[in-house]
Amino acid sequence: MALAIGCRAKPGKSRDNKTGSWRVFKPVFDKEKCTKCGLCMTLCPEGCIHQTDEEFVEPDYTYCKGCGICAEECPGEGIEMKQEEK
Amino acid sequence: MVDKTLELFDCGHRACGGCGAALAARLVMKGAGKNTVVVSSTGCMEVFSTPYPETAWKVPWIHSLFENASAVASGVEASLKKQGRTEKVIVMAGDGATFDIGMICISGAFERGHDFTYICYDNEAYMNTGIQRSGATPYDASTTTSPAGSCSFGNKLPKKDMPQIIAAHGAPYVATASIAYPADLMQKVEKAINTKGPCYVQVHAPCCTGWGFEGEQTIAIAKLAIETGLWVNYEMVDGKVGKVKKVVKKPVEEYLKTQKRFRHLFKPVRQDAEIAVIQAMADKNFEKYGIEIKLKKE
Amino acid sequence: MLEITEGSHAVAEAVRLCRPQVVSAYPITPQTHIVEALADMVANCQLDADYITVENELSALSACVGASAAGSRVYSATTSQGLALMFEVCFNAAGMRLPIVMTIANRALGAPLSIWNDQQDSISLRDSGWLQFYAEDNQEATDLHFIAYKVCEDHSVLLPAMVCFDGFILSHVYEPVDMLSQEDVDRYLPPFTPYQRLDAADPISFGMYATPDYYHEFRYEIDNAAKRAKKVIQKAGKEFGTMFGRDYSALVEGYRLDDAETAIVAMGSICGTIKDSIDEMRAEGKKVGLLKLRVFRPFPSEEIAQALSNVKRVAVLDKNISLGAKGAVAIEVRDALYGSAIPVKGYVLGLGGRDVRKKDIKEIVSLVEKGVGDQFFGLRRELL
Repeated sequence: MALAIGCRAKPGKSRDNKTGSWRVFKPVFDKEKCTKCGLCMTLCPEGCIHQTDEEFVEPDYTYCKGCGICAEECPGEGIEMKQEEK
Repeated sequence: MVDKTLELFDCGHRACGGCGAALAARLVMKGAGKNTVVVSSTGCMEVFSTPYPETAWKVPWIHSLFENASAVASGVEASLKKQGRTEKVIVMAGDGATFDIGMICISGAFERGHDFTYICYDNEAYMNTGIQRSGATPYDASTTTSPAGSCSFGNKLPKKDMPQIIAAHGAPYVATASIAYPADLMQKVEKAINTKGPCYVQVHAPCCTGWGFEGEQTIAIAKLAIETGLWVNYEMVDGKVGKVKKVVKKPVEEYLKTQKRFRHLFKPVRQDAEIAVIQAMADKNFEKYGIEIKLKKE
Repeated sequence: MLEITEGSHAVAEAVRLCRPQVVSAYPITPQTHIVEALADMVANCQLDADYITVENELSALSACVGASAAGSRVYSATTSQGLALMFEVCFNAAGMRLPIVMTIANRALGAPLSIWNDQQDSISLRDSGWLQFYAEDNQEATDLHFIAYKVCEDHSVLLPAMVCFDGFILSHVYEPVDMLSQEDVDRYLPPFTPYQRLDAADPISFGMYATPDYYHEFRYEIDNAAKRAKKVIQKAGKEFGTMFGRDYSALVEGYRLDDAETAIVAMGSICGTIKDSIDEMRAEGKKVGLLKLRVFRPFPSEEIAQALSNVKRVAVLDKNISLGAKGAVAIEVRDALYGSAIPVKGYVLGLGGRDVRKKDIKEIVSLVEKGVGDQFFGLRRELL
C-alpha cells in the first residue's frame, strides 16, 4: 500500500496487530461470581473487556495480553489466570 | 458530560502487558472525549501507540518531537481559535518530556495562558529508552543512569515538584491523579478540559517493566504509592490545594519492597537509614497535605 | 504600488498580504524588525492573525508545526543561532510535509558570535527538505514570499520553504519596492486548503514513527516532492510574471552570460555588486557574466549545467564554508558540471559581514583566469 504523506494513518489499523498472541496466561471469567461491577472493564490497559448481551463481561482474546490486572483487581475473585495451552 | 463508555484508545497497541501508561491513555481519553486533539511527545506512549501504519488513536493526534509538545499544542490551539473550531487540545507526555527536556516549552505555553490541558503520565523515568533517571525519579530508585551499586543507593535526588511549578505559572487548575482511582482521574481530566486556560494533570502510571514487578500488580502498587504517602492525589484550583485523597497510613516499606528498583534497600542488607529518609519524605507529605485518616482507637 | 521601505518592513507587508492565521515570533537580529512590524499590524487590526510570542525559536517553529497541522497558513522568521536552535524542528516540519513559510535574514553562525551577514545559517540546513529561495534585492525578497506560499501549499509539493535575504544588507536597507495590493495577492494566492489536517470529524494520527521497513521510502517521497517543486516554482513564477509583470519562472538567471567566457555563480545580494562589477569589466572588454541562483533547494543542477555550457571557466562565490571542506555552493555547482571540462573554482568571502566590493569581484575574475581558486578570499594576512 502506498505510503501516507506526513507518516500518518487513520484510526483502526492498530487492530491488525493481534496482541492476544503475546499471552502466556489467560484470564478465565466465572459468570457465577461476577457482580457486574465493571471494574475489570475500566482497568484493562487494552480496553478489550466488553459487556456481552447478558450484561456479563468477557475479554476479546484476540487482544488480551494476559497481564492479569483484571484477575488481581476483581472484587469478587471471579477471574482466574490459567496457563494457556497453545 | 463526556460519554465514558467510548473507547478512544484502541486495542492492538504495543505496550507491555499490564502497562500503567496504556491504562492512563485509555482513561484520559474517556475523560476527554472525542472532540479532542491530542499532541504527544516522543516516549513510550507515542511509540507503542503509533508504529506506522498502525495507530491506536481514534481522535486526531500529532507527534512532533520530544521536547516541543507544548509549543506544538500552542500552535494547534491558536489555529483552532482562529478557525472558530471547538476541539479541545490536550498534550500527552511522559515525565521525561515534561520534567526535563520539555521545561522550556511548557513554561512558555503556561505563561502565555493557552487554553489547553497538559497530561503528564508519570512512570518516573525515561522508560522508552530503557529506564533512565528523569527529574521525576524518586529518591533511591535504581535506574540505568542512577544505578544502585556498591557505592550508591541509586537516584540521589528527590522528585521535582512539577505541579507546584505549573501552579506558580498561574494555571487555573492543576491536579495529580492515579490509575488506581480511575473515576477520580477521569473526573479531573474532564474538569481540566473544561477549565479555560492552561491546566495540568499529572497521572501516576506505574511501569512493571521499569520498576520491576509483575504486570498484574500495577493497580495495587499505584494504590500503595498513595497509601504510603509517596504519591499524593490532590487538586489546586487557582493555586489553592484541595480535594486531597486521605488514606490510612502505611509504612513506605510496604511500597518499596514490591519493586526491584528499590530491592537494594532490602537485599543483601536492609538499609534502615535510607528507608528512614524515604519515610521522612512520606511523613512530610502526610503533614503538608493533611492526608492521614486517623482511625479511632478502640 | 511603489514604496521606499526597509527590507524587513517590505517582507512583513508581503506576509500580511498572504493572510497567515498564526504567526509565531521570537526576536533575533537582524530579523526582529519583521516580527515587530507584524506585531504592529496585529495591534492595529491590519493583520487578523493569532500572534504568539514564544519563549524560544524551537517553540516558534513548533507552534507553526501545530498550527499548520491544524489547518492554518502560518509564518515565522529567524536567522543564524535561532535557525540552528530549530534544527530538529526543521527536519520534523519537512518530514511532516507542512507548508510553512519562514523568512531567514541570513546571518553568520557562532562561534565566534557575529550578528552580520553571511549565508551559513540557511545553507547549513540544505539537507532538511525545506525549499530555499535567495533574494537579490528587496523586491525579490518581497515577491518570493507570495511565490513561496503558492509553491509550498501545492498538493504535489507540501514542503516548508525558507525565503532567504541577506541580514542588514537587505533587511535594514531602504529600497524601492513595488508592493502588490491585497486584491492582487488574493487573486494570486488563494486561501489555504490543507491536504490533511487535525480534525475530530475525520481523525488522523500524524507524525507516527517509521521502522526500517518504511523510513527509506518516506525519505524518497520527500526528495521527490522537493524535485517536483521545480516545475511548480516555474509555473508559479510564470503566473506571477503574467499577472504582475515580474517573471520568476527561472530558478537561475543569467546576467550578460550568453557570450561570457568567465561565469561567476552566486546567490543573494552579492549579485547586485557582481552585476555592477561585470558592467565595468565588460566596458574594459572582459567577457564576464553572472549566473544567479534564485533557488538553491531543489538544487537546479540541469539548469546550471545548461546555462554554463559555453563558458571557459566558472568562479563560484560562497558566503559560507563547509568547515574542513569547501564552500557548499561550489561543491554543488562542480557536481552539476561533472563530466564537462569546464574548470570550476570556489571563493569563500563575505563571512560574518565582511564587505564585498566591486574590486574584489574583479580580483576574483583575475584569479579564476589564472586557474587559482578554492580558497578563502581576501584574508587579512596581518591577523594570521
